[in-house]
Amino acid sequence: MAHSTRFLLNNTEIDSSAPPGLLVLDFLRQHQQLTGTKEGCKEGDCGACVVLIGTLDGKRLSYKPITACLMPLAELQGKHLVTIEGLNLDHLNPVQQSIVNSGATQCGFCTPGIVVSLTGLIMTEKTVIDQPSVKKALSGHLCRCTGYRSLKQTAEDLQASLSGTGIKALIEQEMLPEWFSTVKRRLRKLNRSLQSSNGSLQNNGKPQVMIAGGTDLYVQQGELIPDQAIHVLDNDPELRGIEEVDNHIRVGALTTFEEFANDRLIQKMIPNIEGYMQLNASWQIRNRATLGGNLINASPIADMTIPLLALKSELLLSDGKKERLIPLTRFYKSYKTFDKGASEILVEIRLPQFSDTTQFHFEKASKRKHLDIATVNSAICIDVEEDLIKHIGLATGGVAPIPLYLHETCHFLVGKPIELSIIKEALTIVQQEIAPISDIRGSADYKRLLARQFFIAHFATLFPEIIKLRDLYEA
Amino acid sequence: MKRKSSLEVARRYTGMKHIDAALHTRGESQYVDDVPPPADMLQAAIFGSPIAHGKIKKLDTLAALKADGVVAILTAEDIPGKNQIGSLIEDEELLASKIVHFHGQSIAIIVAETAAQARKARKLIKIDLDPLPVITDPKVAYQKGEIIGTARTFVLGDTSAVWQDCAHVLEGSCDIAGQEHVYLETQRARAVPMENNTMRIYSSTQSPYAGQKIAARVLGVPLHKVEVDVKRLGGGFGGKEDQATPYACIAALAAWKTGQPVELVLNREEDLKMTGKRHPYLSDFRIGFSRDGKILAYDVQHYQNSGATADLSPPVLERTLFHSTNSYYIPNVKIFGVCCRTNLPPNTAFRGFGGPQGMFVIESALQMVADHLGKPREEIQQINLLQPGDFFPYGQQVEENNVQRTWNETLNIFKFKKRRKKIQRFNASHFEHKKGIAIMPVTFGISFTATFMNQASALLHVYTDGSVSITTGGIEMGQGLSTNIASIVSRTFGIDPSRIKVESTNTTRIANMSPSAASATTLLNGNAAHIGATQILDRLKHLAASELGIQGIDNLELVDEQLLHNGHDTGWRWAELVSKAYFSRVSLSAHAFYATPDIFFDKQREKGRPFAYHTHGTAMIEVTVDCLRGSYEIDAVRIVHDLGRPINDLVDLGQVEGGLAQGLGWMTMEDLQFNEDGKLLSHALATYKVPDVYFMPDKLDVQFLENAESKLGPYGSKAVGEPPLMYGIGVWFAIREAMKAFRPQAKIAYDTPMTPERVLVQLHEKEISELQTEGEQAK
Repeated sequence: MAHSTRFLLNNTEIDSSAPPGLLVLDFLRQHQQLTGTKEGCKEGDCGACVVLIGTLDGKRLSYKPITACLMPLAELQGKHLVTIEGLNLDHLNPVQQSIVNSGATQCGFCTPGIVVSLTGLIMTEKTVIDQPSVKKALSGHLCRCTGYRSLKQTAEDLQASLSGTGIKALIEQEMLPEWFSTVKRRLRKLNRSLQSSNGSLQNNGKPQVMIAGGTDLYVQQGELIPDQAIHVLDNDPELRGIEEVDNHIRVGALTTFEEFANDRLIQKMIPNIEGYMQLNASWQIRNRATLGGNLINASPIADMTIPLLALKSELLLSDGKKERLIPLTRFYKSYKTFDKGASEILVEIRLPQFSDTTQFHFEKASKRKHLDIATVNSAICIDVEEDLIKHIGLATGGVAPIPLYLHETCHFLVGKPIELSIIKEALTIVQQEIAPISDIRGSADYKRLLARQFFIAHFATLFPEIIKLRDLYEA
Repeated sequence: MKRKSSLEVARRYTGMKHIDAALHTRGESQYVDDVPPPADMLQAAIFGSPIAHGKIKKLDTLAALKADGVVAILTAEDIPGKNQIGSLIEDEELLASKIVHFHGQSIAIIVAETAAQARKARKLIKIDLDPLPVITDPKVAYQKGEIIGTARTFVLGDTSAVWQDCAHVLEGSCDIAGQEHVYLETQRARAVPMENNTMRIYSSTQSPYAGQKIAARVLGVPLHKVEVDVKRLGGGFGGKEDQATPYACIAALAAWKTGQPVELVLNREEDLKMTGKRHPYLSDFRIGFSRDGKILAYDVQHYQNSGATADLSPPVLERTLFHSTNSYYIPNVKIFGVCCRTNLPPNTAFRGFGGPQGMFVIESALQMVADHLGKPREEIQQINLLQPGDFFPYGQQVEENNVQRTWNETLNIFKFKKRRKKIQRFNASHFEHKKGIAIMPVTFGISFTATFMNQASALLHVYTDGSVSITTGGIEMGQGLSTNIASIVSRTFGIDPSRIKVESTNTTRIANMSPSAASATTLLNGNAAHIGATQILDRLKHLAASELGIQGIDNLELVDEQLLHNGHDTGWRWAELVSKAYFSRVSLSAHAFYATPDIFFDKQREKGRPFAYHTHGTAMIEVTVDCLRGSYEIDAVRIVHDLGRPINDLVDLGQVEGGLAQGLGWMTMEDLQFNEDGKLLSHALATYKVPDVYFMPDKLDVQFLENAESKLGPYGSKAVGEPPLMYGIGVWFAIREAMKAFRPQAKIAYDTPMTPERVLVQLHEKEISELQTEGEQAK
C-alpha cells in the first residue's frame, strides 16, 4: 500500500509521500523550502530547529516545542506542525518584539527556534511567564552570541505584554495568526478521514526500526533511518498514560519524560520530581523522549532508567499474543543486551506503591549541569521503619556496561540501622560492585569517586540528622 | 527654534536596535543555503583522512563514483591551478595529494545531486595509507624541531640581572586547553559558475578577500575572475577568518569541474572534526618578586600547539607575546614563544587570538606569588597594575589611566570588600559548599599587529529619493557591524536610520579587504564609512551654501534631515538636497578609504607602537562550589568595561556579555579531547558542551566606563569584540579559591578547563587512592 503522511503544516494541509523516516527538519528545508527552521547540530542539542507540534487529544488541542531534527515525518500523521513561518504576522508578535527590544539576537541563527519555544511556553496551559519558565523554554537552545542575559530579559517584556494562554486569547493579543482558530476543526476532520482510511501509514515493508521518541536513536543512526521501514510507536493510546492499578502504578511505555514529571501520582511519590527532571535533557527533548525508549535503548547512563531501577519497577512485555512481567533489576544482561524477544514490545512499566515512609533521591554529574549526558548518575529509594532499613533500592549509571542495580549493597543494607559505620562499610561494597571505564565523560577514577560521593550524598540528603558530611571527611 | 543637544541626537542612534533583529526573529534572514537554489545545483561532501599522519598509497573512488546521484569525485589531480591554500605560509594543500597531516584532512570531494547521496557515496571510497608517527604534544614537536616560522622573544629590562635581587623566585607551568568555536551555522559555501570562466562564491566567511585570492589560486585564474559575496554569518568568532576559505575553494573547484552550481554545507560532526580551534598551549614560567609582592622579573616560555599547518598560528603566537603581562607592569620581562607543528587540525583564530593564553599564565603566576606570601590574589594584582607612562614589553607606552580606573570602579561600585567578608562568613558556616571570588583585569591592544592590514574601504551611494546604500569590507557575523555602520552613516548624514541599507560584503565592490577580525572591524570600516558620508555631505553643503548664498560650510549641519545654519532651519530637507544635487550633476557616490594612523612594529627589534590604543576593563566573579559533587555555579559577574563612548548600547552590551560567556565556557566546561592518535573524541555537541541558559549567572552587571572617549572613534567608540572574553579567566581563579577553602592543602594544577571532574578529583586525592586500593582488593 502506498503510504502517505497527512498533517497540517502551518495553515496548509499536506499529503506527503516522502519516506516516513525522513526527518521533519529535512522535510521542511529540502521539500518545503521553509528555511526559517535551521540545522545546528542534528542531535537535539542546539534547538535551532525547534518547531511546535499540535496534537488533538479528545477535545483538547495542545502544542509542544520539539526538535525537528529528531522526529520522523510519519509521526506528524494527523497533527499540526508549526514553524516560524507559521507564527509570522504582518508586524512582530510580542515574543519577536521582546527579543528585538532586549537585544537578544545577534547572528540570528538560533533566533527562530527560540521564538518558537517561547511561543510554545506561552501556549502551555496555566503557564506563568517568569524567569524560571523562560529558562525552561530556553533549556534546549544554545546561543553562542548573547550570553543569555538579554534572552532571559524577554520574560519581563512578555509578562507585561501578554495575558491569557488560550489560542483565542493569543489571537486577540496579536500573538498568533487568526487561522489558528480553525486548526482544531481541521485536525478533527483530518483525523476522522485518517481513521476511516485505516490510518495505517508507516509500514512500507516489515518494520526494521521501532521508534519510541527516537531522541537517541536518531542521534546514533540519523543518516540510515530515512531509508528504512520504520514503525512509529506513537499513536497507540494503550501505550500511554499513568494510573493507579491495584497495588502498583501503571506507566505506559510511551509516556514522555515531561508527562511523567507532570503527573500528579508521580509528584505525590517523588515531590522533587521537577527538580530532578530539570537535570535530564531539555524541555524540547523531554516532550519527545519516552520512558520506554529510555529503557529499551539500554544506555548504561540512561537518566530515567536509573530511577526506575531504584524504584524496583517491573516491565510488562508483549509479543501481541502473550504478555510477561519481568523485574527491571533482572532485565539487563550485558552492554545493550536485555531480556526482550525480537517480537516483543515493552507495553508498560509498573512502579510499586510508596508507603508513607518511602523516600527517593536522585543525583547526577555531567560536564554541564543541564542538557548533558551523565558521567555518573545514581538513585535511591529507601524505606526506614523504627530506625532500620526495611526496603532499599539503589542504582548507579555510568559505572558498568549496563544501568547497574547495586544488588549486593542493597542486600547488605536491608535490616541495618542508618549509621556512619554502616554507610562506610557499604561504601566498600559499592566499590566492589562497580567497574567503570575511562571514556569521553570521565576517567575511571573520577567515576569511582562519583559513585562514592553520590552514595554519601543520598544518605546525607535524606538523613541529614544522622549522616553528617563533616564526620565523613574529618574522621 | 530650540537647538537640539548633541547628546540627545546621539541617543537616538546609540539606542537603535540591531538592524537585522526583526528579520532574525521572523526566520527571514538568509544564510548561504537559505537562498533558493539555482536550477541544477549539486551538493558536495568531503572525504577526509581516517588517520592523523600517513602516506597515501592508494585511493579507490570507483565504487563511489557509481553510487546513486553521484556526478563527480575530485581529487588533488583535478585542481587546475595550484593545490595550495596556505595564506601566510604556503604549507597546506586543499586536497591532500601524497601525505595527510591531520585526521579529517580533505582528500576527495564527492559531488552528487543531494547531500545525502554524496555522504552515502563517501562510505564507498577506499583508501590505503602507510601510517607515520603522530605528534599531539607541542613540547614533543618542539624537541623534534617541528616548528612553524621562527621562535619569537620579547624583552624588557634584563631578567637575568635581577633574579638575585628578588626576595623570592617561583617556577610553575600551565596546560591550557583549546576551544571549539561552535558558531551555530557550520562552514558552508555555494559556488555558481558565471559566463566567461568566472566564478561567484557565496561564502560564510570573515575574509572574502582570502576566499577570492585562494580560490583564484586553486582555479588558476586572476583574482578578478572570482567574486565572493557575503550577506551575513551565523557566528564566526575567528573560526571563519582563515578556515572558511577551504570550503569556498572546494565548492568553487566542484562548480568549475562540473559546470554547475555546487553547495557545500558541513554537518556539525564534519565541522568539529575538520576545522581548527583555539590553540592549546603549554607554558613554563619563572617569576621573581619583592617581600611585599611587587613583581620584579617574569620569564615565560609559550609552546603553542599549532596543529598541522601554519594557518594563522604565527600572528596568534605574536598576540600571546603582546598580552603576556596583561594589565601589569613588570620591569624585567623575557617572553619566548614558538609555534609547534603537531598532527591536529590546523588551529586558528578565535576571539582573543592568543591573548587569553598569555593572560592565563601571568594570572597563574600572580596566584603563586599570592599563595607564597599568604596574601589575597587581588592585593598582588593591584600593586602591579599598569600606570600611565609605563612601558609594555613591546615598547608601547600606557597612554590612559583606564586600567586603574576600571579596577577601582569595579571594586568600589560593586563593593568588593563587603563581598569578600560575606564570602568568608559563608565559608565558615557551610561545610561542603564553598564560595570564591576573583578579580580579572584585562588590557587588550587594538589593531591588526600586521600593520599593513589596518586599512578599510567603504562605498556609498545616495539615491535620488534620499535612500542610502553602503558597502564596506566588514562582515556582519552577529557582532552588529551592520547596525554600527548604519548608525554611523545616519548620524553623519543626520538622517533617519531607516534610509540606510547595508549591503552584502562583495569583492567586486570592495577590493582587497582585511578580514573582519582583531576587534577592529568597526574602527576600520566605520571610519571609512564616516569619511565617505562626510565627503558626500560636504558636497551637499557646498551646493546648499551656494544656493543660500552662504560663505563656507562650517556653520551648516544636518540634524533630523533638516539643514540648519547656525542652528536655524534653512528650510532645506535631506531629500530635496539630494534631488537638487542630482540635477546639478553633483556626485552622490563616494568611495572612501581609512588607514589607522601612527602604528608600526619592528619585528627585528620586537619593539614599536603596534596598537592604535588599548581597551581595558575589570571583572569581579563570584562562584559557589559543591565540594562533595565537584559541581559549581557562577553566582555573579560584575564588570566595568572601557569601550570609549558606545556607538550602540545594545550592540556593545551584547558583545561584552557574549564574549564573557565564551570565556567562562573556555575555562570551565568546554573540554576538547583528542586521543593519542590525534583523533577528536569530543566531536558532537553531546560531548562538547558550551554555556547554556542555566550556566550563565542571573546576576550579570556590566557598566561602561564614563568619559573614556577614544580619539580615533568612530564617534569616540572603542573596539569591543574580543577583550570581554578574557574576563572569563577570572572564573578559574574563583573556583580555585573556593576549592582551597574546602581543602587548603589540595594540589591544584594550573590546567584548564576546570571541569567538575578536575574539581572533584583534585579535592579528593586521598579518597581516590583509597578507592584504588579497595578496587584492587576486590579483584
